[in-house]
Amino acid sequence: MRGIGVSPGISIGRVLRVVRQKAATTGILLSGDEAVREEVDRYRAAIDHSVAEIKTLIGAQTGTTPSGAADILEAHIEMLTDPQLESDVLERIQVGKKNASDAVLEVTSRLIETFRNMEDPYLAARAADIEDIGQRLLKHLGTLPSQTSPLEGSAPARPGEHSAQADLPFIIVAEDLSPSDTITMDLRRIAGFALQKGGSTSHAAIVARLRGIPAVVGCGTSLDQVADNDILVLDGATGQLWVNPGDALLAELRRKKIAQAENALLLASLKDVPARMVDGRRIRLLANISHVGDMKDAFRHGAEGVGLFRTEFLFMEKSSFPTEEEQFTGYKDLARTSQGTPVTIRTLDIGGDKPLPYFPMPKEQNPFLGHRAIRISLDKKGIFLTQLKAILRASSFGKLKILVPMVSNMQELRVAKELFTTAKNELMQKGVSFDKDIPFGIMIEVPSAAVTADLLAQEADFFSIGTNDLCQYTMAADRMNDKVSHLCDPYHPAVLRLIHFVIQQAQLNNIPVSLCGEMAADPLATLLLTGMGLEEFSMNAPSIPTIKHIIVKSSMNKARQVLRQVMEFDDPSDITQYLQDINA
Amino acid sequence: MIEKEYIITAPEGMHARPATALVRLAKNFTSVISIWEGNKTVPLNSLLNLLSMGIKGGDVLKIRIEGEDEITAAEALDHFFSQIKDL
Repeated sequence: MRGIGVSPGISIGRVLRVVRQKAATTGILLSGDEAVREEVDRYRAAIDHSVAEIKTLIGAQTGTTPSGAADILEAHIEMLTDPQLESDVLERIQVGKKNASDAVLEVTSRLIETFRNMEDPYLAARAADIEDIGQRLLKHLGTLPSQTSPLEGSAPARPGEHSAQADLPFIIVAEDLSPSDTITMDLRRIAGFALQKGGSTSHAAIVARLRGIPAVVGCGTSLDQVADNDILVLDGATGQLWVNPGDALLAELRRKKIAQAENALLLASLKDVPARMVDGRRIRLLANISHVGDMKDAFRHGAEGVGLFRTEFLFMEKSSFPTEEEQFTGYKDLARTSQGTPVTIRTLDIGGDKPLPYFPMPKEQNPFLGHRAIRISLDKKGIFLTQLKAILRASSFGKLKILVPMVSNMQELRVAKELFTTAKNELMQKGVSFDKDIPFGIMIEVPSAAVTADLLAQEADFFSIGTNDLCQYTMAADRMNDKVSHLCDPYHPAVLRLIHFVIQQAQLNNIPVSLCGEMAADPLATLLLTGMGLEEFSMNAPSIPTIKHIIVKSSMNKARQVLRQVMEFDDPSDITQYLQDINA
Repeated sequence: MIEKEYIITAPEGMHARPATALVRLAKNFTSVISIWEGNKTVPLNSLLNLLSMGIKGGDVLKIRIEGEDEITAAEALDHFFSQIKDL
């Protein structure tokens, strides 16, 4: 059996089914004003009882309930007392002569439908909240039985339990879980969720990830065959499920679970260990971030600084171009929170595919080959100068570096550097202090730049290799296009030769080189890249421990050997196969 | 009548928590406070209406305030939007 794995980890537990009763409309119409008045009163009483019940739940919130539970419950109170809901329901009772239960069902079903059809997954997930308040109202109208969550309070006594099973934690099997379900459950006693419905953004998936509970959703009706107290094993990473596995399989799954837990511990223990290879070669692992707030998370995973700060978000969060002062404040915050570690700030990287709401860009036939990144900066020099001055001013507060995206020829680099000098001169004339030695580097993500890395290295202070774009520009294949994305393989010899050449040329010219694409976080590439001489990797923070683990147990000799072997293959699939074999 | 425009800066759009707080704030005034988009105007006293507008990050929220305490209400809204981080 299989579903969508939405919260990683292996869980072994016994099944506890949570069955939600479904209510259907009766179609019975009310006769007479007296009946209408009664139904209105019943509806109002149900609202009052529902609100009172939620307030009790809020009062009972403890440290073990998911954070944000109280916020969800407050929103539920607001929805229950919503004037729109009230007038819609009352209209159906008073004009449509429907009974209160039918009216509530009709109104909530329509709302659920509206929300489910929303494009935004966050808003679509609000359908679960409407369904939740609808169920609560129907419970208080007597349409649905008033059942409490089976995991509220003390352990449920269940007949027919084997003693071995009784020791196992519960795995909840249900159609879906509502916010009220997850709030009232004692999640500490739950080892996993296996749900028929839902996707990675559904409420249960979010709660599962927040609480570190392995979960598989979207399993479909195959879950119907699972009964209470069955032994269920689920792998929240792959989405696999095993019902009542035999002893041998169960033992194997237990070993896998233990191995995973040990691995997680090992990775956590590596956090403060420097990334040093067995022969002493020091590798620097940095984080790619987009918000100052991500810095804490980066340090938590052991990042030694920021190898790529994307400034786009600073621009996207505004309604017009942020002023020098606004940008300065942002970069200063960044410099201050970096605790003296290096931070590489990439200048604005926008284009036809990544527009700003207040900077309309004409539709282009080929946005990836169009007016974007440094090409826009050199065209709209004022915007570029403002950004450079803001970064320069912030450089007094930390170890900042400036990185320019998508350079494709020497001329662009020279003009950018002239503007950089203009920015510095303007600040000096005003007597503003900044770091005079702030490095000015370029992204190597266009094949023309990679091939002329020997020339660019004479003008740039450092290189940062962007493998995602370099790969798709080299292979002439869009990685978002399903029909050709298989061609966009970073392990193609063409891409690997370009990366190797760029690293060699940087070293020959004594400038630092780092790599900040997805390849930096790919465990298959770690030894290959260190073998090429790469000493700085920048990636999403959660990948740092995995990459560090590979580095600390390998030697430079081994890495060079891997590189020699890889360069002999002519087929990318042979290369990945070989890299998988040596990593196993 | 006072008209105001605010930008939703949270990339994920309007979350339930700030939306709840906004509706509760609007209910404190006797003025009629509504959101308008083109010819459509919805009163800001309904969380369901507010959420079902499907407001996304980067959208402009146009708010119309009409009534005796419209100046106080407008100030309170300004304060709300300047303080709130996740909206």
